Amino acid sequence: MAKAKLDPTEGTPFEAVIGLEVHAQLKTRTKMFCGCENRYGAEPNTLTCPVCLGHPGSLPAINRRAVEYAVRVGLACGCEIARFTKFDRKNYYYPDLPKNYQISQYDMPLCGGGAIDVYVGEAKRRIGLTRIHLEEDAGKNIHAEGRPESWVDLNRAGVPLLEIVSKPDLGTPEEAGAYLRMLRQILLYLDVSDCNMEEGSLRCDVNVSIRPRGTSALETRTEIKNLNSFTFVENALAHEIRRQIKVRSSGGTVEQQTLLYDPARDETRVMRGKEEAHDYRYFPEPDLAPLSFTEEWVEGLRRSLPELPAARYERLQNALGLSAYHADVLVRDRGMADFFEECVALYPKPQAVANWVVNAVREEANIRQVSARETGVSPSRLVDLVRAIDEGKVSNQKARDVFKALLGNERPVADVIRALGLEQISDDAFLRDAVSAVIQEHPGPAEDVRKGKKNSVNFLVGQVMRRTKGQANPGMVAKLIGEVLGAS
Amino acid sequence: MSPGVLETAAAVRGRKVKAAESVAEAIGQIRRVDPQLHAVSQVREDEARRAADDLDRRIARGEDPGPLAGVAFTAKDNICTRWGTTTAGSKILESYRAPYDATVVERLARAGAICVAKTNMDEFGMGSSTENSATVGPTRNPWRTTHVPGGSSGGAAALAAATRGMIHLGSDTGGSIRQPAACCGVTGIKPSYGRVSRYGLLAFASSLDQIGVLEADARECAAALSAMAGKDPMDSTSADVPVPDYVAGLEKGARGLRLGVPKEYFPEGVDPEVEARVREGIDVLRRLGVDVREVSLPHTRHANPTYVLISAAEASSNLARYDGVHYGYRSSEAGSVLEVYARSRAEAFGPEVKRRIMVGTFVLSAGYYDAFYNKACKVRKLIRRDFEAAFREVDAVVSPTSPVTAFPIGDKIDDPLKLYAVDVLTVPANLATVPGVSFPCGFTRAGLPVGMQLYGRPFEDGTILRLAHAFQEATDHHRKAPPVRA
Ligand SMILES: [Zn+2]
Repeated sequence: MAKAKLDPTEGTPFEAVIGLEVHAQLKTRTKMFCGCENRYGAEPNTLTCPVCLGHPGSLPAINRRAVEYAVRVGLACGCEIARFTKFDRKNYYYPDLPKNYQISQYDMPLCGGGAIDVYVGEAKRRIGLTRIHLEEDAGKNIHAEGRPESWVDLNRAGVPLLEIVSKPDLGTPEEAGAYLRMLRQILLYLDVSDCNMEEGSLRCDVNVSIRPRGTSALETRTEIKNLNSFTFVENALAHEIRRQIKVRSSGGTVEQQTLLYDPARDETRVMRGKEEAHDYRYFPEPDLAPLSFTEEWVEGLRRSLPELPAARYERLQNALGLSAYHADVLVRDRGMADFFEECVALYPKPQAVANWVVNAVREEANIRQVSARETGVSPSRLVDLVRAIDEGKVSNQKARDVFKALLGNERPVADVIRALGLEQISDDAFLRDAVSAVIQEHPGPAEDVRKGKKNSVNFLVGQVMRRTKGQANPGMVAKLIGEVLGAS
Repeated sequence: MSPGVLETAAAVRGRKVKAAESVAEAIGQIRRVDPQLHAVSQVREDEARRAADDLDRRIARGEDPGPLAGVAFTAKDNICTRWGTTTAGSKILESYRAPYDATVVERLARAGAICVAKTNMDEFGMGSSTENSATVGPTRNPWRTTHVPGGSSGGAAALAAATRGMIHLGSDTGGSIRQPAACCGVTGIKPSYGRVSRYGLLAFASSLDQIGVLEADARECAAALSAMAGKDPMDSTSADVPVPDYVAGLEKGARGLRLGVPKEYFPEGVDPEVEARVREGIDVLRRLGVDVREVSLPHTRHANPTYVLISAAEASSNLARYDGVHYGYRSSEAGSVLEVYARSRAEAFGPEVKRRIMVGTFVLSAGYYDAFYNKACKVRKLIRRDFEAAFREVDAVVSPTSPVTAFPIGDKIDDPLKLYAVDVLTVPANLATVPGVSFPCGFTRAGLPVGMQLYGRPFEDGTILRLAHAFQEATDHHRKAPPVRA
């Protein structure tokens, strides 16, 4: 689905082993363990209560909707859903963590196993998952330039967070990028996360090591944190793989470290070494009873899953005959693909419809940063336009102007075409008259056509178009010229 | 003498006494005894009077003021109240004002009761003598003011003995209601785990903590528990089990109930006078028609170490939030975040709290988890199974509450192991999540009260209250007044 990029191990005796840890905030109405609103961008510390402020005596209560969202993600990725699970405390001190422990899951994650299929170039790769678990997000420390003190905003503290851990199945930065894009699409399709990397609702840490090509042992890895765009993930990985190759090639050994990526300089710096690794002293969260799920509940969620991006990508190609390009572009944006499918339901000519959705609708949506539906052209009006083209009522070229005129109003397509004077003339008698007139005016080219010169046909068509102010149906005109002049 | 809890409520509901009068009387009692006892950290004067006046107006309008109308109550200082401070007896919270009321405080208020004071305690509930209070200092025993009242709910116990007609909220992690109740000659119940919401109780060890009350007798405990118990959506560990009318349940009497006497609960180290009084108490129950038989709880001897490990582990995490960053004490010496943590905690936690945090941190550490914490959890299951087996044979189990009576202030404070040993007969209830009640069954020759303890099946709190009530109908140990008495 993405175009091939340089593999940093190419031409070296090494291969890279990459695993990703993705944190996705769930877009539940309220936080994970309290009733506070879960929303980005509010005034600092306004979306808080004793529970998410970690006040003495307060206790967590599980948001069942967050659990449901997490299970949906697990089901979508083919995970084994735990029938019995629990929360644990991860103990560490940080000012953005008011209890100084995070409620997370340790040895009994909500979902285990599973995989995500990703497309790299022409190839399809299955990337295994280790686990998916639920936890609470921390707040945000705010450091002001030039001030000795720092602030803490706890609006984000307690927001439900899904941690999705891949197996070290990824071999290139490009695969890592493809995996992230597919995972993001899945979360968007399930409507469980905004996946907005700028707002931090999707975050990614990577683990990477290298090993001699063809070997299978896992070697010392480094972890890179603070990667807040897919491009940074790819760049940071490429950078780190090159660095590890350099270290190994010059006889050195890679140290276990946690690194921070600086996108401005395209370099990493050491955050902490192995000896500073935390002992989180996990133990079962005694404030929350373990959770158990019935088969029925899980199966109900499974049945309610929407079609997922990979399946849709395949179906758009195999059942609707779209090109891989069109299928990819549509699937990437669930709203766009839904729009497309509504159009096809009204007018079952997938490729013609796809052309219009992928080009005109998507362009408009991108320019205005809105969804397909918000462009102001409903599926039924877009379909009317495509049908008008197919029926020769407007030319393909002029249709683009019609499309623009459809935006932001409810006027029927036929009216718009008429009002713009773009109605294509396909009336046989009228066109015959125009063709005869043009042939009389241009005997030379007419003679050439009789002799079989194709270029002269185009010239005559052009003249007819001029005479009819561009409204003549060019296909019909060409046909009539051929008929009148007896050429084939 | 002031009337009891139920009499006060009846008088206020019947408009014979105003809530304002009842509250003034309660505050007056506290004022009279506290200079000798140091049992309270704060008294709520004006606000309590306003709340009482409010209630009186509602009564005048003909509204139902609730079953505990006009009854004064006190909250242990680890139970959150919007009014005043909530310090848990710790310097680290000496000026902390809770932004909310604990669920029990709300429920008692909804039942018409009015909070009048916060009571003294061992810091964060860690202690059995109420000597470890950084805010008030040691509380004294109304039976002998040179002696401790037990702990950690020592302030509540001392007040329960020295005053009348109030509800005293305590908390019990390993005996912190029952042992001071025994030391002060009052009746104290630690309800089944999950019976009463913990929301608003400053956590010591979440899987063991439970809020209960210390009262003059089982009937008052029953009245308070009826108002406090029940599922709370704010506490996931509170149980959705129907709450009976515990007072009405008392009338069923004790006849026919089966009582187990576990030999493991009369070990060496139990003061012979204590054992003698408890055995006499068992005889009283037998005479009341209780079927007394021997049972065995074989894992009892492991209960104390198990308790020490689990409670310390949970405490080390629960107390992590007291770091000087968001609220509470912050060291003025700190120059960095790390120093804010280290210095604030070093300066403001007492030695017993630090000791348990260190033990807890250690037992949860990588490499030690399985040998200590995990093993303790396994032993805890065995202890719970002991009780399950015993409760197939009997309806309740009896034992001394504490191996010893109240001891002199300063006697054990320097020897943590000696002090931990005091908990040996009370910690199993918390580990097994069963209810436990302690009530006076006599006195030593030296005139100190002896407590007898009953354990019941989970959520059969009513059964042990019934037994205690029957005992108290037949005896008058619980009616004896200590020398310090309002
Ligand atoms: Zn909150």
